[in-house]
Amino acid sequence: MAELIQGLGHPRKRVEDARFIQGRGNYIDDLKLPGMLYLDIVRSPYAHARIKNIDAERAMAIPGVLAVITGETLKQYNVHNMPTLMSDTQMVLPLDKVKYQYQEVAGVLAADRYSAADGVAAVDVDYEPLPVVVDPIKALEEGAPKVRDDKESNLIWHWEWGDRAATDQSFEASEVVVAEDIYIPRIHVSSIETCGCVAKWDPVEGHLTLWMTTQAPHAIRTVVALVTGHLGLSEEKIRVISPDIGGGFGGKVPVYPGYVIAVAASIVTGKPVKWIEDRTENMAADSFARDYHIRAELAGKRDGTVNALRIKTIADHGYTDAAANPSKFPAGLFHICTGSYDFKDAFVEVDGVYTNKPPGGIAYRCSFRVTEAVHTIERMADIMAHELGMDPADYRMKNFIRPEQFPYKSALGWEYDSGNYQAALRKAMDMIGYEELREEQAEKRARGELMGIGISSFTEIVGAGPSKDFDILGIKMFDSCEIRVHPTGKAIARFGTKSQGQGHETTYAQILAEELGIPADHIKIEEGDTDTAPYGLGTYASRSTPTAGAAASVAARKVREKAKKIAAHLLEAAEEDLVWERGKFYVKGSPDRAKTIQEIAFAAYTDHPQGMEAGLEAVSYYDPPNLTYPFGSYICVVDIDRGTGEVKVRRFVAVDDCGVRINPMIVEGQIHGGLTMGFAPALMEEISYDENGNIFGANLQDYLVPTAVETPAWETGETVTPSPHHPIGAKGVGESATVGAPAAIVNAVVDALWHLGVRNIDIPITPAKVWSILEEKGVALEE
Amino acid sequence: MSKHHITLNVNGTPVEADVEARMLLVHFIREALNLTGTHIGCDTTSCGACTVHLDGKAVKSCTIFAVQADGGRLMTVEGLAQNGNLHPIQEGFREEHGLQCGFCTPGMMLSAVALLQQNPNPTEEEIRWGISGNLCRCTGYVNIVKAVQYAAQKMSTAEVEPAAEMVPQA
Repeated sequence: MAELIQGLGHPRKRVEDARFIQGRGNYIDDLKLPGMLYLDIVRSPYAHARIKNIDAERAMAIPGVLAVITGETLKQYNVHNMPTLMSDTQMVLPLDKVKYQYQEVAGVLAADRYSAADGVAAVDVDYEPLPVVVDPIKALEEGAPKVRDDKESNLIWHWEWGDRAATDQSFEASEVVVAEDIYIPRIHVSSIETCGCVAKWDPVEGHLTLWMTTQAPHAIRTVVALVTGHLGLSEEKIRVISPDIGGGFGGKVPVYPGYVIAVAASIVTGKPVKWIEDRTENMAADSFARDYHIRAELAGKRDGTVNALRIKTIADHGYTDAAANPSKFPAGLFHICTGSYDFKDAFVEVDGVYTNKPPGGIAYRCSFRVTEAVHTIERMADIMAHELGMDPADYRMKNFIRPEQFPYKSALGWEYDSGNYQAALRKAMDMIGYEELREEQAEKRARGELMGIGISSFTEIVGAGPSKDFDILGIKMFDSCEIRVHPTGKAIARFGTKSQGQGHETTYAQILAEELGIPADHIKIEEGDTDTAPYGLGTYASRSTPTAGAAASVAARKVREKAKKIAAHLLEAAEEDLVWERGKFYVKGSPDRAKTIQEIAFAAYTDHPQGMEAGLEAVSYYDPPNLTYPFGSYICVVDIDRGTGEVKVRRFVAVDDCGVRINPMIVEGQIHGGLTMGFAPALMEEISYDENGNIFGANLQDYLVPTAVETPAWETGETVTPSPHHPIGAKGVGESATVGAPAAIVNAVVDALWHLGVRNIDIPITPAKVWSILEEKGVALEE
Repeated sequence: MSKHHITLNVNGTPVEADVEARMLLVHFIREALNLTGTHIGCDTTSCGACTVHLDGKAVKSCTIFAVQADGGRLMTVEGLAQNGNLHPIQEGFREEHGLQCGFCTPGMMLSAVALLQQNPNPTEEEIRWGISGNLCRCTGYVNIVKAVQYAAQKMSTAEVEPAAEMVPQA
């Protein structure tokens, strides 16, 4: 039966693939409308400057160029600024100053993309450079250049969580304290598809259709309606369509100025306008991730017991706070930083800071700063273990929250729904042969070879979230499913989320198939069109399965309730005498007296009971009762080349527990991809700036996205601890590996070097960094 | 801007067009021919999303002008399947879950086919090097490698029939 209907646990081949492998995907740049114009953007070469003049004369003389749009143009319609998701202000186009390199300065509208690019090159902007601050620590110093004229200082906010006094007291009473400064650098999601849109204003209907690369089309529509209401653009006159998306990873959650300029240009010209970023625009101006300067301290006993955790962080937000977080949490869910361990006390504080860098603070395939939290605690656990001379695996086993403690209330107030951390670590150790590796390491160390073993036993917090605490600009973070069963027993279901490669068209149908007994192949899944799909907050932070996936179950169960009434009518039996067996109701004690879901669906339109409405459909807006807490244990083995400083990941075992697996093939694929996006920042990727705010890493030659050659051959394993509150026990999996992997890799590298006196290396651990350490310690091979 | 007349064969069909000297091949393919399966992911020949075959070789069409393809034989992802039958590499990507968002997939498949034409039975390491000019952000490459192995296996057992794309039908 599971084979036939392809329900839960079936490695169903993906529905999406047919179009993608034949070049028939519908990505944003594939859309071409009659009379469509092209928008390209003039960007600032300076990180901070006054705009003295914008001269469009040469640009306007270029054949095909139709208009040059500036901040002054947009000001006429009061759309030159827009609100960020954190209720700060972001310029769409500047009136007088630019605040970071590659900031939008003007838009050029032209008949085709080549003329638009010619026009951009011919717009003459006269800048007066101003003092720049790129280091958030310096930005907080007295006399630092002020980034924002409209604010008192460069400090955006101070946020703290936990019991400071109790934590301080616990530190004082502890036998051992370790402290470390950890910098998690700026990185960029670099989805292979950049961002873009086509805005089509219909001047006759007074209607806007906006096709855009967005992970959250419904929220976008509401925000557009709220910020353009004064122009008469109300929500029913806006249709946002998110087509096939070539990777999101959080980078397609925010609204970027280009989208707004395109909308404005379409409204003014009455023609469709396309805007597609090039790679440099994408990397230099779109939302970054991370950029946390962390001071962490861990206190405990000499026997290895953890007591307390204290963290102070400076968060670089760029020139405006455009982080993508639930509104109540300016530092996201960073306070999951006590991780998998049974801490008695913890305190965390974060200062958000303005600098002359692009805004952002999106996830890079993680749930709201969870990677920063996991990286910190997993690094600190390792440092403490080494300090105490304990094996890092023993140290973790000693301090894990025990299975019988769930549901577990953490020192920072989270209620972990479920977990079995010991089992996951034990499994990873068995898979990789941990004890043998330690023996090998000892032998190699005696010979002067550098080999390290690193563990990361992470706990995530995903599926935002319960309406009590979770909203974005006031909109609660539920998600939705609407299902309609057709007379022939086939169905269509629509969702408030939006896949960017996760395979929703495949897996949502499997949940519904399981609940209704209708084969997954008979269920069409749609997302991304605000005119047809039910409202939802979208896909990011591993929330689709915990929220919309749950909504699918709940909606299907509502359908089943009505189906039961119809079955009772058809079978001339009492409802309470009916038994559900996947795909049919039968009369208790008489399995032959049965009606299939297909027969019931047909009757819903042809022979429904008098007094009952026809049709068979339901909708669920699912408000999760709690977040879900996926976890896992990763073990990494590295060999360090003493001649080049290169770190070679020899083996990497990942044991993940994401609860019940809907489609094991897709889950594995998500983990492979997540691991690679954990490996990447650990060893390769970084965006940095010189003191003038010039960006390094604004293209794929300088910013090193791993190829198949660098990427390790991942080894995966699983344990299954179902979420007790999710209708099918699932937890979400898209980001676990990105969250958990970097710490395992860094821990392995530091493990290889600890005996030389190395306590920490900030990511990315490049060959140059390692080689200079080997040089300093006198162990580099010169020849 | 002066235009140049070009003649080429695209997926087995003769094509003629007048193009600006500066028009990139990828824009010609996507916008003049409306073959939107070939994608653009960067401006620096780094990502490989625009990979096509020109005269049997995998090339990145964002770094070639359309005029340079004059007289050439071009194959895009739309030319992989023949007579409604998927190419083994397409089957491999589907069977082995070698794609997620799908954006890199056409270029990745064309690089893989070029590899298999040169080396019908590659090792895993040879496959990894063979697709190293193509970036994928979703899959971690594990299943792409399996997809290429699937295609290699399938193509070697179907040796009586030469790979369809090597015999463009005029």
